Amino acid sequence: MTDLTSHETSPLVAIRDLTVSFDGVKVLHGIDLAIHRGEAVGLVGESGCGKSVTWLAALGLLPKKATITGSVILDGRELIGAVPTTLDSVRGGRIAMIFQDPASALNPVIRLGRQVGEALALHGGLSGRAIRAEAKRLFDLVGIPDAVRRLDAFPHELSGGQNQRVMIAMALAGKPDVLVADEPTTALDATIQAQILELLTRIRRETNMALVLISHDLGVISETCDRVCVMYAGRIIETAASEALFEQPLHPYTQGLLAALPPLEGVRRRLVPVEGNVPEPWNLPPGCSFAPRCPRRVEACDTRVPSLALKATDRQAACIMTPPLAQPQRRPEPVYA
Amino acid sequence: MSSAPLLQVRGIARRYAMRRGLLGRSVDVRAVDGVSLTVERGRTLGLVGESGSGKSTTGRLALGLEPPDDGDVLFMGAPIPAAGTLAWRQMRARMQMIYQDPLGALDRRLSILEQVREPYDVHGIGEAGERGAMATALLQAVGLRADQGNRYPHELSGGQRQRAVIARALATKPDLLVCDEPVSALDVSIQAQVVNLLVDLQQELGLGLLFISHDLKVIRQVSHRVAVMYLGRIVEEGDADLLLASPAHPYTEALVSASPVPGRRARPRIVLQGDPPNPAARPSGCAFHPRCHAARERCKVESPRLLPLPDGRLTACHVAHDQANFLKAAS
Repeated sequence: MTDLTSHETSPLVAIRDLTVSFDGVKVLHGIDLAIHRGEAVGLVGESGCGKSVTWLAALGLLPKKATITGSVILDGRELIGAVPTTLDSVRGGRIAMIFQDPASALNPVIRLGRQVGEALALHGGLSGRAIRAEAKRLFDLVGIPDAVRRLDAFPHELSGGQNQRVMIAMALAGKPDVLVADEPTTALDATIQAQILELLTRIRRETNMALVLISHDLGVISETCDRVCVMYAGRIIETAASEALFEQPLHPYTQGLLAALPPLEGVRRRLVPVEGNVPEPWNLPPGCSFAPRCPRRVEACDTRVPSLALKATDRQAACIMTPPLAQPQRRPEPVYA
Repeated sequence: MSSAPLLQVRGIARRYAMRRGLLGRSVDVRAVDGVSLTVERGRTLGLVGESGSGKSTTGRLALGLEPPDDGDVLFMGAPIPAAGTLAWRQMRARMQMIYQDPLGALDRRLSILEQVREPYDVHGIGEAGERGAMATALLQAVGLRADQGNRYPHELSGGQRQRAVIARALATKPDLLVCDEPVSALDVSIQAQVVNLLVDLQQELGLGLLFISHDLKVIRQVSHRVAVMYLGRIVEEGDADLLLASPAHPYTEALVSASPVPGRRARPRIVLQGDPPNPAARPSGCAFHPRCHAARERCKVESPRLLPLPDGRLTACHVAHDQANFLKAAS
């Protein structure tokens, strides 16, 4: 468990009411998210829920046709609408990002050492021999065997898991405060996935870097993160400490996701799927986006979009049919806002 | 009706020639190396393994899409005729395949109904005038609406597309479905819908399923028996619940341990060292020994055979068999 009191200090990254639209279609409907130093936050949701777009928008990586409103504050500095030079120093330097497919993120015709060296020259101000020494140190840190020889290798000479380690080494080159890992293990085999998740957790502990893990896999999130945000149709619909969320999910969608997942142990029972489909962004229902698929839907769900409300200590859910938990761990705190 | 199993695969092998570099010597890569499997009517055999383990190739060999270099494949007791012949086409109507990517498996320029109807036309099933209605009935059987038949693949969601693919596969009333990662590209909530559909269809139609997946949770949900592949060979095979609850082979054990489960944190996890193996450079002895925590000297030189343990499952592991023998001698 992370120390919850540390959260009262100001967050490293504060995202406030972030929205993104493409061609007038809103895909992100006001995200509020705070990332504190050293914590591991999971963003989980199905494809199209906005979990990746949130961070692409925050780092100015979306195409020009995207309209972004709201604010992303990093250490008192606004990133939305910031000039390119500011963003250049933030990207890689303060917030680094790695993606699902390492093979397509690496340049196939440049040796790995040079690619990592580029990041080191850019963010670390290193040159010459210092770069190679630092690149080797990073390769050792991320567990690439035979690091010296691997510096001269090309991406195709390494396996997918090793290439993802190279990507992580590159991301660490700028000594970032936050590493955003977008489905970092989805393209990897189960046994390699376990290696990479262990590596990310170890590096986070050793460097006190915050980790934002974006994944569709509830198991991966559960095993890696302290805190989880569940997203649906461009909104965060539930957030809680990892253990609490998976022990007792509050939002009907989170409950549905967990019930739809086949268990690995115990009695086999018929899966309970979430019926229907995720609504298209241009065709959202008027009220709660999940209402058409929700077993607890009442008429009021169709009239108003529910906002994230406190349901227990450190737990929020956006559902009018979810009452506050009967037995809060501490005295109920005053509801903000 | 013969008592022969629906699908019987006996010692099949498939080799590919691979060249390393432009002028390199060509090496034989054994993608599948002596695999034997049986799929019974109305039952599911789950085939699990990592990329490069040969599970997809095994599926293709089982359907006769590729000829095996060694061994044979029997469908209802009869060998599969050579690919492309009339006899093969007739037999293939009774065994169908479902792939991971439904968008790639569907023709983008044809409506869903036309594609589901196509097998009726190809195999001359039913009267031409009735085929449209038959195809619509199939769409409804897999949970699609009749009006969705007029749509094109890109107008449907991933789950709906996979339903359409399943409907088309069922058109010829197959006895066997080979499903290669059929739900891996789908979101969790949709995945459960398709898994339930396959289980229901199996019960209704008595289908035999060869279900190939890397996802142990999905495999356990659908399978009666499970076979685990590593580098082209089966390393463990047996009852699904037994195998996944108490794996005997260290590789199965590692796979189970690496499978992420929500709400299970801070548990000891077996993290395998090293890369997934390269089929072109198969280690000596037991192919798993360089990554195995229990490996002994013998494992480096002698390849273990797939033999039964007292609980009925088959395991190819010296250590597991030594343990079983020790326990037998002790009791």
